[in-house]
Order: sequence, then structure tokens, then C-alpha cells
Amino acid sequence: MGDKTLLYGFYFLFFVIILYLLLFLLNPDKIYKSIHVVRNIVIQLLPVIFLVIFLMGVSNYFLKPKTVMKHLGEKSGVRGWIIAVSFGILSHGSMYLWYPLMKDLREHGMRTGLIAVFLYNRAVKIPLLPLMIYYFGIVFVIILTIYMILTSLVIGKTIEMIIKTPS
Amino acid sequence: MKNRDRRERVAVAFYKALKNFGTALPILLGVVLLIGLFKTYVTIDMITYVFTGEPFRDTLIGSILGSILTGNPITSYIIGGELLKDGVSLSAVTAFIVAWVTVGVTQLPAEALFLGKKFALTRNLLSFIFAIIVSIATVLTLEVIT
Repeated sequence: MGDKTLLYGFYFLFFVIILYLLLFLLNPDKIYKSIHVVRNIVIQLLPVIFLVIFLMGVSNYFLKPKTVMKHLGEKSGVRGWIIAVSFGILSHGSMYLWYPLMKDLREHGMRTGLIAVFLYNRAVKIPLLPLMIYYFGIVFVIILTIYMILTSLVIGKTIEMIIKTPS
Repeated sequence: MKNRDRRERVAVAFYKALKNFGTALPILLGVVLLIGLFKTYVTIDMITYVFTGEPFRDTLIGSILGSILTGNPITSYIIGGELLKDGVSLSAVTAFIVAWVTVGVTQLPAEALFLGKKFALTRNLLSFIFAIIVSIATVLTLEVIT
């Protein structure tokens, strides 16, 4: 799986670089701007990348399949859903940075629905709530947040019904 | 001896973590480069232009746009605020900001590679549909409460 991921990753990266080269021929200024944006994103992402690598290392060291199965596995029950919701809300950075850790945890026995719940709740960001309140008002933000947490559970359950085994 | 064993286990755990993340780097870099293009080529004016003024259609458009566009959620709030000022309906703006953070068309190749095609497609499709449902439910509830 690792080699396949790496190979597809390089294909994808190659495709995007070709796209950059083509667009560079049409409008170099826009590509310089894009590269500047990318540089800023990478700078912002670096601390989260280190955090994710650290968490992956810690999970490799401490989390044995048995532990993951107990807290996030098929029989984790309500506690598993609560952990996934909380972990999703508390996690930082872009969603795609968390895919490798989710893949690791699933290989250790985390149920598919809880991965979906975690990823959905990444949308609920406590540090950003004041800004959201500024733009949309506190009542709106409270209602939306409650609906989003409930929706994450519905999506998690639905995904488990659709995907019986990891694809 | 015990300490040496523990050190070795820690080293192995972090080596494995670095290796797994290293495997993910090309695709993550590809995603970041795509986001760079989106941020440069798509402007707020372009986004405002596609809304029609018809609430349900705009909610659908909001969800589609939020799914395609990507970046920091703060950006979606700012764009959402501008859209509201321009008269776009609250349900359309809500669908836009919800889809922005829950659906990831740009990240789809990465998600499919790590978590499986079926998982990635199903999760994104459900998140897209629920962005519309959540936005309508939020606005209706807000209207009832206030």
C-alpha cells in the first residue's frame, strides 16, 4: 500500500506540476502569485505536520490494535462516537493532513464510521467560533454547530451501512 | 536493557510515522499546489456572480461552490459575509461555508488514496447533500427562534 500511495502521489504531483507549467505559459504572474500562496500555506502547515507526525509516532508506540479496538473499534459504543467527535473538534490544521493518521488508526481497528465522524467534526473549530459569531451572530453559530455535530453522527452511521468493510 | 528496548521501540514508532507521512508527502504537496491555483484564479467577484437570487437554487450553488473551493475556514466566513452583504440568501451562504469545511473536491484524490475510493466518494457526497440540509434546517430554526 505504501509503494502504491507513493506512486499515485507522484503521478498526481506530476499532473499538478504540468498544470502549473501550462498556466505559466499563459500567465506567469498568476503562477508567481500561486507559488507565493503555496509558500504561505506550507509555512502555516508546518507546525501541524510536526504535530501529526508526533501523534502518529505516539500512536504507533502506545496504541496497540487491542487498545484502538476497545476505544474506537466495533464495540466501542457511545464512548467511541464521543471520542471521535471530541478529537475532530479539537484537532487542528487542514483535513488532508490527518488522512495518514486515520489510515494508521483504521489499520489498528478504528471503525470506518468514526473516521467519517472525526473528519466531519474538523469543521467545528472552537478558536474560529468568535469570528464566525462576528459575521453571522451567536444564535446562528450555536444552531449550526449543534446541527453539524448531529449530522456527523448521521454521516458516520450511514457510511458504516454503505461500507461494510474497509475499501 | 529495559531502557534500551524502550528507546528502540520509540525509535521504531517514530521511524514508521516519518515513513508513512513521507509516503503521503507527494500527494499532500499536489493538493497544496492545487489550492494555490484556486486561491489565485478564483475571486470573490466570480463567486458572487454565479448566485441567481432564487433561494433554493442558490443553496445548491452555495454547496457546489463550497465543495470545489478550499482553504482556511476564515476565508469562507469572509466570503460568506460579503455574499450576505450582496443580498445572497442566508441558506446559500450557510451551505457555502458548511460545504467549504466538510467537502473536499481538491483533497478527494488524497482521501481516496488513504481511506479508499468508496469511503472518500461516499463521505464527500453525503457531506455535500447534508450541507444543503443543514443550511436549510439552520435557517428555518433561526427563523422560528428569532
